[in-house]
Amino acid sequence: MTMSQRMNALWEYANPKKFLATTERVLPFFWASAALCLVAGLVWGFFFTPDDYRQGSTVKIIYLHVPSALMAINAWMMMLATSLVWLVRRHHVSALAARAAAPVGATMTVIALITGAIWGQPMWGTWWEWDPRLTSFLILFLFYLGYMALWEAIDNPDTAADLTSVLCMVGSVFALLSRYAVNFWNQGLHQGASLSLDKEEHVADVFYFPLLVCIAGFVLLFIALVFYRTGTEIRARRIRALMARERVQA
Amino acid sequence: MSALLLRDLRLALRAGGGFGLGLAFFLIVTVMVPFSVGPQSSLLESIAPGVLWLGALLACLLSLDRLLALDWEDGSLDLLATAPLPLESVVTIKALAHWITTGLPLVLAAPVLGVLLNLPGPGYGWLVISLTLGTPALSVIGTFGAALTVGLKRGGLLLSLLVLPLYVPTLIFGAEVARRGAAGMETTTPLLMLAGITAAAVALLPFASAAVLRVNLR
Amino acid sequence: MMPELGKYADTVLSAYAASLLLLAGLIAVSLWRGRKLRAEMKRIEARVSRRG
Repeated sequence: MTMSQRMNALWEYANPKKFLATTERVLPFFWASAALCLVAGLVWGFFFTPDDYRQGSTVKIIYLHVPSALMAINAWMMMLATSLVWLVRRHHVSALAARAAAPVGATMTVIALITGAIWGQPMWGTWWEWDPRLTSFLILFLFYLGYMALWEAIDNPDTAADLTSVLCMVGSVFALLSRYAVNFWNQGLHQGASLSLDKEEHVADVFYFPLLVCIAGFVLLFIALVFYRTGTEIRARRIRALMARERVQA
Repeated sequence: MSALLLRDLRLALRAGGGFGLGLAFFLIVTVMVPFSVGPQSSLLESIAPGVLWLGALLACLLSLDRLLALDWEDGSLDLLATAPLPLESVVTIKALAHWITTGLPLVLAAPVLGVLLNLPGPGYGWLVISLTLGTPALSVIGTFGAALTVGLKRGGLLLSLLVLPLYVPTLIFGAEVARRGAAGMETTTPLLMLAGITAAAVALLPFASAAVLRVNLR
Repeated sequence: MMPELGKYADTVLSAYAASLLLLAGLIAVSLWRGRKLRAEMKRIEARVSRRG
């Protein structure tokens, strides 16, 4: 296969029927492997890893916190990519996939925030610290909220897809900008504060391998959810079109 | 172009055009702050720059839903879209008119309201400078939000939800300039960042605003 | 065979409970809406094809 043939093969999945048929086939595999990885990773991490000498047993929260935080950002990146595909190639599946991914990403953001807060309570002595990372996740959550609200607010699906795509692009730039602004702002507030959430730096192998399995589980779960929810959105769109045709014929 | 600008300004200044509402809102928010946090002058002094920035930002936000809605309702937006003037210029002029009727009065009112909040002496200059540099970005970003929600019936609340996260960087750097200035600290870095955000927003966002406006007008 | 969680037992357990609850809720809502729309589409398609 040449490169362009391969690209054409990829674009075939932009056909809603083809997408539904294919995801129907692969979805059981994704659900099963997601469940397998999540159960294996979480059980491994929860029952069979030692406590950290500084954080005690709270280190076990890492198996939920890091994967969900990772997926919170990846989901937005995926939405950005599919929004661009919609704007350039006008494939409905692409726009609907972005819509389907948003609630998943928002949930991941909430999980990352909640586990972070619960972990922070005994570690920092406070539920909430205006740490740059926590703050930018809160802002990311607000972007998810606005994005989903805009989808819900507009009746015409093509208009909604166009507007949310542009919002996603503009929002990405501003979310990135906020990340740097927040970094700067908090340094400005307390100079030399030495709180660091950067656990990856000192994560030992015993924690690392179950963490990898959990990350794989979250990625697979995300893919399964997005495929499934995109299918739902395609059906919702088809229902809408059929009803409109009926109204015209009546 | 200047005809459009003059028309927008005249409409805003006319009775019922909403001019002065933002200013009145800014005033009332500032007056309410001591009621809610207490009258200790040391506390007011330390929060004054942030409160004034937030008040100006909210006053800006509140006037956004009128920015395009009136032209949408009476159909003049459709006329403007078919006019020889590119839509990018139209939204830029709309943003400029919004800044002149809302942002500029806020900048001028801020030092007066600063007195009410015990703003420290060196803070006045920095407050005015930071607001002068920052409010154009607020108007341009707000125009983008207004263009996104222009066709919606109850767009006002959605508009706030969409625009507020976009305001975060501007608010952070703008308030940082005012706060550092009031405390007599170095302000160059946040000032440059603020100017950069404004310049980039003014240069690039009109294209996004025009694009979504075209979608909404089709 | 509960692992020894020490003084942080509440912390760890509540983090797991909250996260798993949220994930379960997300999956449940997705499946529920998916099922509903799938059935609805079948119904409407049948109606449309009956009419020709």
